[in-house]
Amino acid sequence: MWKFIHKLASPPHFYSLAARMVPWFVVPGLLLVAYGVYAGLFIAPADYQQGDAFRIIYIHVPSAYLSMMTYMIMAVSAAIGLIWRIKLAHAVAAGAAPLGAWFTFLALVTGSIWGKPMWGTWWEWGDPRLTSELILLFLYFGYMALRGAIDDTVKADKASAVLAMVGAVNVPIIHFSVEWWSSLHQGPTLVKKGGPAMDVAMLYPLLAMILGFTFLFAALLLRRVRAEVLFRERRTRWVKELVLSGGT
Amino acid sequence: MTAKLSANDLTLFRGERCLFKGLSFALNTGELLLLEGRNGSGKTSLMRAIAGLLSLESGEILWDGEPVRVQRQAFHGALVWMAHRVGLKADLTLVENLRFEAHLRPQSGADFDEVVKRLDISRLKRLPVRSLSAGQQRRVALARMMLAQAPLWLMDEPFTNLDREGRALVMKLTDEHLEKGGMCIMAAHQDVEIGSNVKKIELR
Amino acid sequence: MTDYDENPGLFTAMLGVARRDLLLAWKRPGDILNPLFFFAMVATLFPLAVGPSPEQLEFSGPAVLWVAALLAMLLSLNSLFLSDFEDGSLDQMLVSPLPLTALALGKSIAHWLTSGLPLVLVSPVVAITFRMPLSVTGFLMITLLLGTISLSLLGSIGAALTVGLHRGTALLSLLILPLAMPVLIFGARTVSLVAAGDGVAGGLYFLGAYAVLVLSLAPFATAAALRISNE
Repeated sequence: MWKFIHKLASPPHFYSLAARMVPWFVVPGLLLVAYGVYAGLFIAPADYQQGDAFRIIYIHVPSAYLSMMTYMIMAVSAAIGLIWRIKLAHAVAAGAAPLGAWFTFLALVTGSIWGKPMWGTWWEWGDPRLTSELILLFLYFGYMALRGAIDDTVKADKASAVLAMVGAVNVPIIHFSVEWWSSLHQGPTLVKKGGPAMDVAMLYPLLAMILGFTFLFAALLLRRVRAEVLFRERRTRWVKELVLSGGT
Repeated sequence: MTAKLSANDLTLFRGERCLFKGLSFALNTGELLLLEGRNGSGKTSLMRAIAGLLSLESGEILWDGEPVRVQRQAFHGALVWMAHRVGLKADLTLVENLRFEAHLRPQSGADFDEVVKRLDISRLKRLPVRSLSAGQQRRVALARMMLAQAPLWLMDEPFTNLDREGRALVMKLTDEHLEKGGMCIMAAHQDVEIGSNVKKIELR
Repeated sequence: MTDYDENPGLFTAMLGVARRDLLLAWKRPGDILNPLFFFAMVATLFPLAVGPSPEQLEFSGPAVLWVAALLAMLLSLNSLFLSDFEDGSLDQMLVSPLPLTALALGKSIAHWLTSGLPLVLVSPVVAITFRMPLSVTGFLMITLLLGTISLSLLGSIGAALTVGLHRGTALLSLLILPLAMPVLIFGARTVSLVAAGDGVAGGLYFLGAYAVLVLSLAPFATAAALRISNE
């Protein structure tokens, strides 16, 4: 088992394996998203309260889910890299951060667009989820800024790993404290807990979108990590041979 | 017989640059290891790696036959590190600085006043280190080494800023330390006349 | 010379570091006073910007004081490891046979005593200018007491990560502010709730629990960060 992990984590092996894996994520991802977009826009009925405006959840919910998920992936792989000194894990963390920041940004923008017809304003501090997302975006910025500030890759990996782990411990606490904070003045929320069950015709496209986004995210992550590995290993023989042989 | 301190196949990178590759050495009690090489050849980095301040790309340093990474505290208890930056607080007096050292590592129990006298810094005892010259500060750092109970001395350019008398003193003190069964690793530009058990590593 | 197990105790080392830093602060009182002046000045900015309306000042007092305290703590964190890094003392601490975690905790204790505690003590004076009633001021001090402990410890991680980097100052704020938000939320809101005559136990419990959590985890992260930054 240990041997298998080490083989998997060896850069040349990962590099070629990842290339073969990407299509397996892209194709189902695109199919699911295509179904989700079509069904979400044309099949799902309009919400009885929110009208057609609710349809933005088909982008918003997957983005918000992935923004959190990516932070956890980043923190876990950073921890693996730091503790077991697996360089590939650091490359995963480095590749995941900008993706996570983008999903967070997307969740914020779509949330704000959704909020406009609902609240009559682009930004509502009373919504704890949006506020949490905003703080999460700052956490991503901090992580990427720390990485950018350190020239030495090995050192940047380790330092940012410590930060990601500290951040991961704090994310639930931040979420909880923002919930508490907004509960004090009963702000308007988009999705209420324990509300009426979602119509199946609305739910299936949403699930398809979440799954499709996840597949596409995995494909993007693999591509980014491949590029990251190639850059980090640029002085090694296997990369030179790869370039000389004209391979990809 | 295994050496007291040995290094196997050390490789160290600083950023892109490989400073050394496959470097090995062994050091026994009473021996001095001299690191030679141009500026930027990696002498300081090697010393910092031995002290555990830099992580090696590969290779292992053994103390008493055990890797130092599994016995960091025991190993650090057995060494003192005299770096290029002396590591003294400019605002504190000499005495306050050295007293703080006693909180950081085991002390040899050598008489404080005697050590200070030997290094010719007794009249500076109550002055803030800020007002000491660079050479005098280096002498304080030497006092720290002598007060600590550590068989392994790591000295990075110990002669910098010292006058002729001071340089002779460093050699004499190191000599005595080796005679008592101590060990020393030293990076130096100038010629060193210390003891008989001298090993050399030339870094390129 | 073979017997080197007589290390100074853990506790001795921690207190030794704390005492040395206190001694250093004593010799340079400016390091303590500057963040306090900063605190007072930031608190002055708000009334000037908002206007002198008493109701508004009374209402925003807890928030202003807390934000000012948070920024003042941040300011003082910059230099936490900087001089140790520059003069080589950090090297000496890293090659000490004692656990670095204990030394890092010692640094944090000294930092809190020289930055957090003075803020707590000065805050009533600034609170008066915001027409804060005495009973509320007491709670302000308690929340600041618990909150600054967390901020000192949390901030030491950021200070350790950014020591030795160019432009570490701006970076430190970027790293620490998002992490510090729970402290700000609970600190400031609890005081506001007291002022409005509501219950406060929840907020105080949280601040206490958070301080304990940070106290037990942050020194380890700081120690790891110091080893990495000093490479």
